[in-house]
Amino acid sequence: MDYGRGRHKSARQLPEEGPAFVYTADRRTKLDEICSRYPPEQRKSAILAALYLAQEQQGYLTRNAMRHVAEVIRCTPADVEDVVTFYTMFYTRPVGTHVLQVCRTLSCALMGAERVTEELSKVLGLKPGETDKAGEFTLLEVECLGACDRAPVVGVNDHWHECQSPDAARALIDGLRSKGAASLTGCHLKVEK
Amino acid sequence: MEPLLLAGSREPNGFSLDTYVRRGGYGALKKSLGMTPDAVVDAVKASGLRGRGGAGFPTGMKWQFVDKKSPKPKYICCNADESEPGTFKDHVLMERNPHLLFEGCLIGCFAIGAKVAYIYIRGEFWHVQEVLESELAKARAAGYIGKNIMGTGFDCEIYVHRGAGAYEAGEETALIESLEGKRAQPRLKPPFPAVEGLYGCPTAVNNVETLCNVPLIIERGADWFAKIGPEKNGGPKLYCVSGHVKKPGVFEAPMDVSLKELIYGEKFGGGIRGGHALKCVIPGGSSVPVLLPSEIDIPASFDAIQKAGSLLGSAGIIVMDETTCMVWAAENLLHFYRHESCGKCTPCREGGAWLHMILGKIERGEGQMKDLDLLLSISNNILGKTLCAFGDAAATPVLSTVKTFRAEYEAHIREGRCTMPAPWRSGARVGAAH
Repeated sequence: MDYGRGRHKSARQLPEEGPAFVYTADRRTKLDEICSRYPPEQRKSAILAALYLAQEQQGYLTRNAMRHVAEVIRCTPADVEDVVTFYTMFYTRPVGTHVLQVCRTLSCALMGAERVTEELSKVLGLKPGETDKAGEFTLLEVECLGACDRAPVVGVNDHWHECQSPDAARALIDGLRSKGAASLTGCHLKVEK
Repeated sequence: MEPLLLAGSREPNGFSLDTYVRRGGYGALKKSLGMTPDAVVDAVKASGLRGRGGAGFPTGMKWQFVDKKSPKPKYICCNADESEPGTFKDHVLMERNPHLLFEGCLIGCFAIGAKVAYIYIRGEFWHVQEVLESELAKARAAGYIGKNIMGTGFDCEIYVHRGAGAYEAGEETALIESLEGKRAQPRLKPPFPAVEGLYGCPTAVNNVETLCNVPLIIERGADWFAKIGPEKNGGPKLYCVSGHVKKPGVFEAPMDVSLKELIYGEKFGGGIRGGHALKCVIPGGSSVPVLLPSEIDIPASFDAIQKAGSLLGSAGIIVMDETTCMVWAAENLLHFYRHESCGKCTPCREGGAWLHMILGKIERGEGQMKDLDLLLSISNNILGKTLCAFGDAAATPVLSTVKTFRAEYEAHIREGRCTMPAPWRSGARVGAAH
């Protein structure tokens, strides 16, 4: 039984303070445009977008970044922490250039997702949840990505890389190392006849 | 049946505004704007359209419940948070036929008196969001969205709102909370969103596929729509077939197509892969009870599947062949529900975690016979005791598999190991416990 082992997920874990943080001018402009999509008194609706922009700028979220988001959105830092700690797509620790997210839920698992994770783990020398020392790869297991017909799916940052197998996963790592994001096949973009 | 929801969408550039307009797109919007809002609601009611997100609630009634006399603004929230395991139809619609969704949103807004629709899309659909944003800009430039649409004086905006990874955001009140910039946790109902929804205003929350059906109803008539498929289950339906089939994919069919045909038909799933036999089917996304091979020769409609003891849900048909260990499958799903529980209600937050741990224990060969009763007891203490349907969804895979495959659970416990280790599974589980 793993209950009681380590922290409960509700335990408060603050991210690091980090360097000073202010949005770049273009990101601030983009955020102001997004805020205008909601009623003026409902700026908080833009909080997820604000956090995405901060994460895009810095790679992950720090306390300084979260405080800046609170100022811009006009809410409290506690409101921001509340949101950051709930949603899985915000990182509060540095992640690799390529964040590999293997879908582990049933449809992908039936098609061999466990073996894909196993292979990636072996090739990268990482357990799920870990980032390599060079900051090149982060390996994660995630829940259903919603592409079950192209199982198993591996998300690479914001892209889907589908129809994976242990061999394909090894090739994916080679491709990302040599050609970066250009090596992604993105088979969902192919129009089948 | 000719494809209606996916019409033209498989062609190159099928998603573009030009193609859509050439096929007669935005004609239904024009027709609606010549009707009264009440007449539009009546047409949707008469069509019998039932919500495609999972619950199958009549869409026309949902719209009628929206408090039109309220002085507050009204909203449409399109639920594009497609997260139910085994479901992948909405992203295909949005990626391949986005203007059909926009047209449905606009007609919906006109019908309930809203000026804004938000499309709440799950965070992982980044590439879908790109398509939506660029096609929205084109539709806006062409005058289909924005001020004085088609010169009728009707103003309406559509915005895409990106979530950030939370299954629970697919629950309608949790979606609203998330849109308001908070944790995606459900609200106590009533009040229902039709009375107090987004920002405390009257709101209709509709699934992507539901809204995509609306232009078809307006364009071709409620009678035509109701006559597609069985009675009270009218209109085209998208089915997502995944798992151990030869040709997984999204298939469009009327709801009189049989579940068996969807799995074995050449035009559909194409049968079980590798010459294996079918073991069981989850017909409506991971939250519904399993059906055995002897139970699938039934229409894949809301009513027929419910009669057979399961639910059509989100039409995510997960097919498992004879190599699948059901204890492993249940453990896999409970890992999902444990991870995704929003934590608001104790039975779901704590019960889900305990179910997952006990299933893991049995799967590893460390279970005891009394654990089976414990599983049932915990499940029954979650069922019906939470604010939203998540609790029931988490308990169902356990209740259903223990009932249907009890011998398999007992074999695990008796032999002290997984009795069905399939070659496509990992030898040593490398994943984190949670």
